[in-house]
Amino acid sequence: MAKVYITTPITEEQVRQIKAGDEVYITGEIYTARDAAHKRMIDDMAAGKSLPFNPQGAVIYYVGPTPPKPGQVIGSAGPTTSYRMDKYTNDMLKQGVKAVIGKGYRSDEVKAGFVQHGGIYLVSTGGAGALLARTIEEAEVVAYEDLGAEAIRRLKVKEFPAICIHDTHGGDQYFNGQSKWVKPDAMFQPKKPEAGE
Amino acid sequence: MREIHVDQIAETVARLVQEANYTLSPDVKEALNKLQSLEEAPVGQAVMLQIVENYTIAETEHVPMCQDTGVAMVFLEIGQDLHLVGGSLTEAINAGVAKGYTEGYLRMSMLNDPIKRVNTRNNTPALIYTEIVPGDQLKITVDCKGGGSENMSRLAMLPPSAGWEGAKRFIIETVANAGPNACPPMLVGVGIGGNFDKSALLAKKSLLRHTGQPNPDPEWAAREKELFDEINKLGVGPMGLGGTQTCFGVHIEVMGCHITALPVAVNIECHSHRHKEATL
Repeated sequence: MAKVYITTPITEEQVRQIKAGDEVYITGEIYTARDAAHKRMIDDMAAGKSLPFNPQGAVIYYVGPTPPKPGQVIGSAGPTTSYRMDKYTNDMLKQGVKAVIGKGYRSDEVKAGFVQHGGIYLVSTGGAGALLARTIEEAEVVAYEDLGAEAIRRLKVKEFPAICIHDTHGGDQYFNGQSKWVKPDAMFQPKKPEAGE
Repeated sequence: MREIHVDQIAETVARLVQEANYTLSPDVKEALNKLQSLEEAPVGQAVMLQIVENYTIAETEHVPMCQDTGVAMVFLEIGQDLHLVGGSLTEAINAGVAKGYTEGYLRMSMLNDPIKRVNTRNNTPALIYTEIVPGDQLKITVDCKGGGSENMSRLAMLPPSAGWEGAKRFIIETVANAGPNACPPMLVGVGIGGNFDKSALLAKKSLLRHTGQPNPDPEWAAREKELFDEINKLGVGPMGLGGTQTCFGVHIEVMGCHITALPVAVNIECHSHRHKEATL
């Protein structure tokens, strides 16, 4: 498990080097989107419109921040639960998105998508919104302003801290981490991932 | 008869929703700090450090600890000798929530309709729970609960033959399935008995108990301990990254039920368990 510092946009070569369990620190521009914004992007693409940001090598952060207080760049901004984006994630990866940040389990289809399309799933600490906001230097709404907290924002971040859960090789850090600590007599064992690369 | 103006209730609710989102109650801090000292996994320790640092920043800077500032649940214990004057209680509470969320720079997370899904832009409707109690006072408890943990909650109408072992299995399975989605370490609220809706209400209300305080019935307190130990065997750990500490409390509330039924409800709360109370 390595510490990896990356600057966006992420290249194919960079993303393939990141392994499940790595600590990843992101610097540069990332884009926020939750399920409501994902649905609109997918609908827009179906209607032949382009995405509100360049998806090539892009990082999407699943977050709906609180409003900034006077003098703040952004309010509290921790990750939301990712499975709500499962329906849309493979379509975003196909567009060139290389990393998504959230928290929680992903569907088998999305896990396969990270391998197939060369993307990674990162998580940061849920509920640590005040702390994570300190890594955000700029925030600007770039699309769907009417969605309020769920609008798409361009964030400029400096060493935003995350951990890689699913890599491009089928690695699964939730399984690896929990397997190490589960007791043999626990009523349920961590779910074994499908075989990776 | 003692009177309270509903405007005073609105002001109190507005204050409590902000305080709840900025400052963890001492019982929750104590439980999290204790858990931090017990966690054995290095990554779990690192996550707990972030959680403690986060709530410290929130308290010091008066900012929300989590961006999901929650649905505002308002629990009222209304003394039966009390007279509320000056307008509608429901409207006053919603006005208090709107004021508190707007002035406190909290996130508006409530929608007008579960299918139309248009944001009401003031975090109403509040979810209001009332109970008539002896006396002439009004106790207001506010709990601002995020969606992540609430979505991982479940309810089962078990056959009575399932017994405690069946109930236990359902509860542990719910926690195992929730994993990182519910932002562990969690507080696990359990309601057993009553009927379909009462069991859910018991589970919800169990979360309002002073964190870690056992059920007054020793038999149920022992079952809380049993669940606590079983849950921490799962290895889920802080934020599901693996560790020895998955929950910081299990609260069970029970009531009698029909001869055909064994309702079991599990209401999961995240590590940022935000509750505040005031008595008028």
